[in-house]
Amino acid sequence: MNKQMTGIGASSKRREDVRFLTGKGQYTDDINRHGQLYAHFVRSEVAHGKITKLDASAAAAAPGVAHVFTSKDFEGVGGVPCGWLITDKNGEPMKEPKHPILAEGKVRHVGDPIAVVVAETLAQARDAAELIDLEIEELPAVIDMREALKGGVAVHDEAPDNLCYDWEFVAENKAAVDEAIARAAHVTTLELVNNRLVANPMEPRCAIGEYDRAGDQHTLYTTSQNPHVIRLLMGAFVLGIPEHKLRVVAPDVGGGFGTKIYHYAEEAFVTFAAKKLNKPVKWTASRSEAFMSDAQGRDHVTKVELALDADNNFTALRCLTHANMGAYLSTFAPCIPTWLHGTLLAGNYRTPLIFTNVKAVFTNTVPVDAYRGAGRPEATYQLERVIDKAARELGVSPIALRKQNFIKPDQFPYQTPVAVVYDTGDYDATMDKVVEMADLAGFDARKAEAKSRGKLRGLGFAHYIEACGIAPSSLVGALGARAGLYEAATVRVNPTGSVSVFTGSHSHGQGHETTFAQVVSDMLGIPEDQIDIVHGDTNRVPFGMGTYGSRSLAVGGSAIVKSVEKIVSKARKIAAHLLEASEADITFEDGQFKVAGTDRAKAFGEIALAAYVPHQYPIEEIEPGLEETSFYDPKNFTYPSGGYACEVEVDPETGVVKVCAFHAADDFGNLVNPMIVEGQIHGGVAQGIGQAMLEHCTFDADGQPQAGSYMDYAMPRAADMPMVNIDSSCVTPCTHNPLGVKGCGEAGAIGSPPAFVNAVIDALAERGVTHIDMPLTPQAVWKAIHGASAVAAE
Amino acid sequence: MKLEGSQIIAADRATVWAALNDPETLRACIPGCQSLEKTSDTSFEAVVKQKVGPVSATFNGAIELTNMNPPEGYTISGEGKGGAAGFAKGGADVALREVSEGTELTYSAEAKVGGKIAQLGARLIDGFAKKMADQFFTNFKDQVEGAGGAEAPAEGEAGAPAEAAAGVEGEKKGFWKRLMG
Repeated sequence: MNKQMTGIGASSKRREDVRFLTGKGQYTDDINRHGQLYAHFVRSEVAHGKITKLDASAAAAAPGVAHVFTSKDFEGVGGVPCGWLITDKNGEPMKEPKHPILAEGKVRHVGDPIAVVVAETLAQARDAAELIDLEIEELPAVIDMREALKGGVAVHDEAPDNLCYDWEFVAENKAAVDEAIARAAHVTTLELVNNRLVANPMEPRCAIGEYDRAGDQHTLYTTSQNPHVIRLLMGAFVLGIPEHKLRVVAPDVGGGFGTKIYHYAEEAFVTFAAKKLNKPVKWTASRSEAFMSDAQGRDHVTKVELALDADNNFTALRCLTHANMGAYLSTFAPCIPTWLHGTLLAGNYRTPLIFTNVKAVFTNTVPVDAYRGAGRPEATYQLERVIDKAARELGVSPIALRKQNFIKPDQFPYQTPVAVVYDTGDYDATMDKVVEMADLAGFDARKAEAKSRGKLRGLGFAHYIEACGIAPSSLVGALGARAGLYEAATVRVNPTGSVSVFTGSHSHGQGHETTFAQVVSDMLGIPEDQIDIVHGDTNRVPFGMGTYGSRSLAVGGSAIVKSVEKIVSKARKIAAHLLEASEADITFEDGQFKVAGTDRAKAFGEIALAAYVPHQYPIEEIEPGLEETSFYDPKNFTYPSGGYACEVEVDPETGVVKVCAFHAADDFGNLVNPMIVEGQIHGGVAQGIGQAMLEHCTFDADGQPQAGSYMDYAMPRAADMPMVNIDSSCVTPCTHNPLGVKGCGEAGAIGSPPAFVNAVIDALAERGVTHIDMPLTPQAVWKAIHGASAVAAE
Repeated sequence: MKLEGSQIIAADRATVWAALNDPETLRACIPGCQSLEKTSDTSFEAVVKQKVGPVSATFNGAIELTNMNPPEGYTISGEGKGGAAGFAKGGADVALREVSEGTELTYSAEAKVGGKIAQLGARLIDGFAKKMADQFFTNFKDQVEGAGGAEAPAEGEAGAPAEAAAGVEGEKKGFWKRLMG
């Protein structure tokens, strides 16, 4: 690995951390506008009900109250839009019921907003909210997806059986898959749940709307991963504000994990209210509100079947999934269990026939959308669990079974049976690496030692692939996306040689301000501290599709590279003129333009100055100035992959699982900043182990959240985590982007749950346990041990 | 969840029945009841102060008596709104049977909460409901038997953890206040 001090490959310290760690970050809630009012949302306390009375007159007359908003104020205003259309197996569009800004006559989940009090202080708004005379006739709620599909109680009238869509992929393979499974030498079947999660970014959501009458200008400050997308969705579909009259600013954002991708009702509300009241309006979510109103993650119930021939080759895979949409369709919800899940079901394997059926279901729960990994963790979890189970049933090594079925390095580019084409990879290399890291050879001795202490030790492996660098616009357009998924960047070289980079890739923990500067520094040969990265403001950044799906470096970084290449190309022309040489003879290295074979040279800074002070300048041929904009639309997804291993110890008396070691061998292609990559893996693995061992967002039969605060929702803590042993030395560079990078943001959360669960099942295999659904809490593990022993004893 | 229990009350069934319909008795027996006004023969307006886990709230609500079957039993149900704290509702089927020691009262109760109480205290609700029911019927027995001094506490502590002994209560409240902002 490249160990130079700066530029691509260097572990430069994260420059943004200086302000974050010294309390100088500027988050949305740190912004206060002159004369601003405060909004307090009155939310439904029941999961399903009819609003029979809503009288806000007393609240409206309370001290400091400017206005109490209800759905009546939003007549003629659009609902919160959905950004992805899924076409079901009969060619019909998905059911897309309206998602109003404020409930229109009916509430559909606990937390559904009904009214908003806007007052001079937050305390006044909250006090006045208590004066609202609200009566709701509670209706039976549908919480369980299979129950919901039976009909009887409909979340939306448009979908009487609560079915959003019934999707098949690859539909033409259905019969062949059925036949292959019927004729297989062995079929392994596994029913599993991918548990619902709350995203829990450290910073709760916040939004401030502001309106300038003089210029008819709207401004929205918001906690978003993609301010341009919010401008597009809210401006065009909800409030009807054209782009040139709407500025969206997403300043420092304290974590997103997907849940800050979407356009939320609160953003539209503050923008709308600011104009109506002609004053800035601010809303900051409490942590309780975050639990009820941030889009949640996962929530799939799946049956997966893997067919193998007599030689243990995978011959077919069938996956039947129910995916919970919650009460409304969040921005990208419909594409998560379909295109981000179905297309990943080949995994790293040569399985020739794959079929999946996904039923997306409305329930009286908080909406579900992408959460770190989004669809790909669900695909990986099924595959890596069912393969492990198959290995156990067949009495073969789970590692050998995987390797036998891996796509081999000489088979790339590899056309999978589920539409996507993998450009490059070497799965044997990462699997071999993680086996070595995990010291498989020494495991028997560690297991025996643990046994002497009464503990059951297990070692589990998993190998993942994900599709990142989202995405080729023409492809996603064909799949139902209502937007393109390119990225934009402007590189502005200032007259004295410093550089401002304007990127559409928002940074909310990823460290872009550091890595993007490293890329530009490397290409221009100027110090990193001469480069500033600007993001998060639609009035400063030309355009952008934002940050999700591990796309920033692969797509946003590539747009920057293209702009820098244009800069260098123009600067070379200027240099050729100043050096009185032919352009073809000019070389550019270490920040110097040189006439090849001579000592005549101009520094990059001199060229920049000449571009802005064009006294001796080829003004007839080249414009002054040195600024370039590029849009980069990727040709393909990128396909990071890796082998993960987890070693656990289970206390059979209590069911407590201790994670003893975790090893990650990833192929992310080229690395720009290995330290930041390591940090991403650490965080991803923590979230993955959190899902697998601790976290679970559940609702009771009435739809009341059962884990609606940190008293009941178990986040992973430092003591739950081992040190993660990370290796990123297996590199097959991406073949179609200029940096050869693949993306690393989600990998940890994708690969770790199956590795962890496989480890626990390995530990408990001697007790007859074959599967436990996540989260593997002490209670779940204890019940599995004792249930299985009881069965074994019979 | 369903809660079931029974009490033997040393009084005849007519006396017990009368007490079950007496606002003063009900006020004294409902844990945390601040006031109870009769609005009809079978309905009351009540103010109840209660604490479920970390959430303390004053509930304004209505209590209704249905399935009237004098003197064998009725269904008592209530629903209270606690403002920002959420709502609580519940009910109990009460049956009276003559036994040699007096009257046997059996009940089957149910309780539900929503809003902030449910969000923050879901895990405590079952214990809370059981304690509420136990306390109500114990108070009731004491009232009818004239044990005296069985006024319900001013603020119910039914949901508070067992270790929240009087000595640490002040400190605990401070802690929750800080936590809840």
